[in-house]
Amino acid sequence: MQAQGLVKRYGNREALKRVGFGAAAGELVAIIGPNGAGKTTLLSILAGIVAPDEGEVEIGGGAVGWVPQQAGLYRRLTVEENLLLFARLERHPDPHASCEEMLELTGLDERRGEIVARLSGGNQQRINIAIGLLARPAVLLLDEPSVGLDPRQRARLWEFVSGLAGGGTTVIFSTHDIQEAERYGGRLLVLADGEALFDGSPEELREVVRREAPEAADRDFEIAFVAYLQHRGH
Amino acid sequence: MGAVRWLLLKDLQILRRSPLQSALLVVYPMLIAVLVGFAISRGPEKPRVAFLNEVPQSSRIVVGGQKLPQANVQGRICLKVECVPVHSKAEAEEKVSSGDVLAALILPADLINRINSLSTLTPGTPEVEVIVNEEDPVKAGLVDDRITALLAQANLAIARRIAAEGSHYLDLVIKGGNLPVLGTTVHILGLEASAHILEALEPALPPGPLRSSLAQVTEFAKEAGENLDIAGPLIDRLAEPIKVHKVAAGGSSPPLEIFAIAVAATFTLALVTVLLVAGSLALEREENAFPRLVRGLVSEQALLAEKVLLGVAVGLVVTLLMLAGLQIFVPLEWSRIGLWLAAILLGGAALAAAGAALGAIAREVRAVSLLAFMVTLPIAFLSLVPSGAIGGGAYEAIKVVTALFPFKPALQAMTAALDSAAPSIGVPLLHLAALALAYGVLARLALRRFATV
Repeated sequence: MQAQGLVKRYGNREALKRVGFGAAAGELVAIIGPNGAGKTTLLSILAGIVAPDEGEVEIGGGAVGWVPQQAGLYRRLTVEENLLLFARLERHPDPHASCEEMLELTGLDERRGEIVARLSGGNQQRINIAIGLLARPAVLLLDEPSVGLDPRQRARLWEFVSGLAGGGTTVIFSTHDIQEAERYGGRLLVLADGEALFDGSPEELREVVRREAPEAADRDFEIAFVAYLQHRGH
Repeated sequence: MGAVRWLLLKDLQILRRSPLQSALLVVYPMLIAVLVGFAISRGPEKPRVAFLNEVPQSSRIVVGGQKLPQANVQGRICLKVECVPVHSKAEAEEKVSSGDVLAALILPADLINRINSLSTLTPGTPEVEVIVNEEDPVKAGLVDDRITALLAQANLAIARRIAAEGSHYLDLVIKGGNLPVLGTTVHILGLEASAHILEALEPALPPGPLRSSLAQVTEFAKEAGENLDIAGPLIDRLAEPIKVHKVAAGGSSPPLEIFAIAVAATFTLALVTVLLVAGSLALEREENAFPRLVRGLVSEQALLAEKVLLGVAVGLVVTLLMLAGLQIFVPLEWSRIGLWLAAILLGGAALAAAGAALGAIAREVRAVSLLAFMVTLPIAFLSLVPSGAIGGGAYEAIKVVTALFPFKPALQAMTAALDSAAPSIGVPLLHLAALALAYGVLARLALRRFATV
């Protein structure tokens, strides 16, 4: 997937300022940055929900799956009914088979008959992701997928997502959790005030911090990241 | 079309999962049907009025020295209200102030004497006493109207009786007959017989001034007899000088029970469709499913069409259920079911489209439900305001407002569908089709404006 020169304006405010980046198959890209950096706007443009004012997005082939931050599903339906509905709306030739596949993938097979509202936040998020996967996407976009999950649920979620990337799916996710981005993101895209400040691996970001804010280079990754942003005037 | 089918199925599944909502959808129309059914099949209750008759049994209205038979005013009054007999004014006052009765009517002991004094040189003023509880202005107004109407009827009954007696005496003067006076019978010759006698006498007199005078008297007796005939109907008219001749203008009105059924059915249809569609559309956004759906899975138009379809389908079932319930109380013409369906389907579509326009504005189901209530209820009530009940300018304004919302045309269509004597259903159906289209466009614009991700 390639994005070039993306600009999005809301009135006089520029939410994205000529942002461009690419992601290869099987890559796990974390978009990080402070609040209002433009993370959700960038993901919404990549998902095709919001049109950019300038720039373009190219998908090499296959569909783009989108998992919104707030689970987009029906809480009064069961797990199975949700998956079946979206499989039908995706016009799958055999919606029941797709539903079974997703139930197995999410490990929710035994809870298929439960009303979604009664499931934990972690399990709801797994269904949310499973619905995003129903399109059998080449690229999966996740907007802050681990918000509200406890550490155990978070670990399960990342195990699941890493498995998808291992299978060749390009995964691009936004997060506020810098440690999580360092741990699971193969690449980091740092946004601040709509501007792309950095695009590279966590190790490369450490190197940049060492050069630009040496006093924070040996601290933990979150402190080093904040020092880097401050050094860049954000 | 496939996506619409699956979304419709999903909405019905969600509806089924909400037992309270589903129960309300069934119970509500049945409740309305039963209430309306009882209301129209039992008729209005008679108001309870305390009645104290202090007039002595032997008192009679006297005309020309003759006592009239009893007019049975008490019996006539108690046909119109539920009379609660009381024995004193204090008891009557106590019953009114305690709310046991709406009012008290007291006929004083000297009422008949005062009526009789009207034909003397010292006429009195016959009065009855009415005690009402003024704590509730609406109730006080109702009681005033009822009592005034009852007294008008009592006055009319007495006036008729007097007029009848007057006519009888006039007839006696013209045609002659027997008049009972102080236990004996007096024979009255009458003008007609007098004229005949005088006419027979006339040839026996020699020509001259006496015969000429007799001829004048004979002529007078003849003319008086002939012309006093006219006075009879005049006296009759005196009792009720003005009669009402009712002419229906501006279309015939449907029977009251049919109109009540049409109002109940339209009210049910409006509440069910507007609330269901508005709530269901808002739910898509509250559940955050809307952006997921319109991201290529289903178009906004198809989503709106699905919601309208949902509203029409549920509205149809609920309204038919209600009509079936009303069948217990009032026989309905099931042969007109084709027209009922047309009214329900098109009325439901227009109301559902209006619900979609409301539902597209906000994303919280509760806010949308409140908004739908706040719009539907006042407009439904305004639609029932009859012309002439308020000032001309205000009525014109109400006409415009109610024409812009589908309730009134839906009510007109429902009335026309239920009543075989009603004007054509075509105009309200066209009106509904235009409103369905207009609200559909509005809903689409509102969704685009307010439902951005």
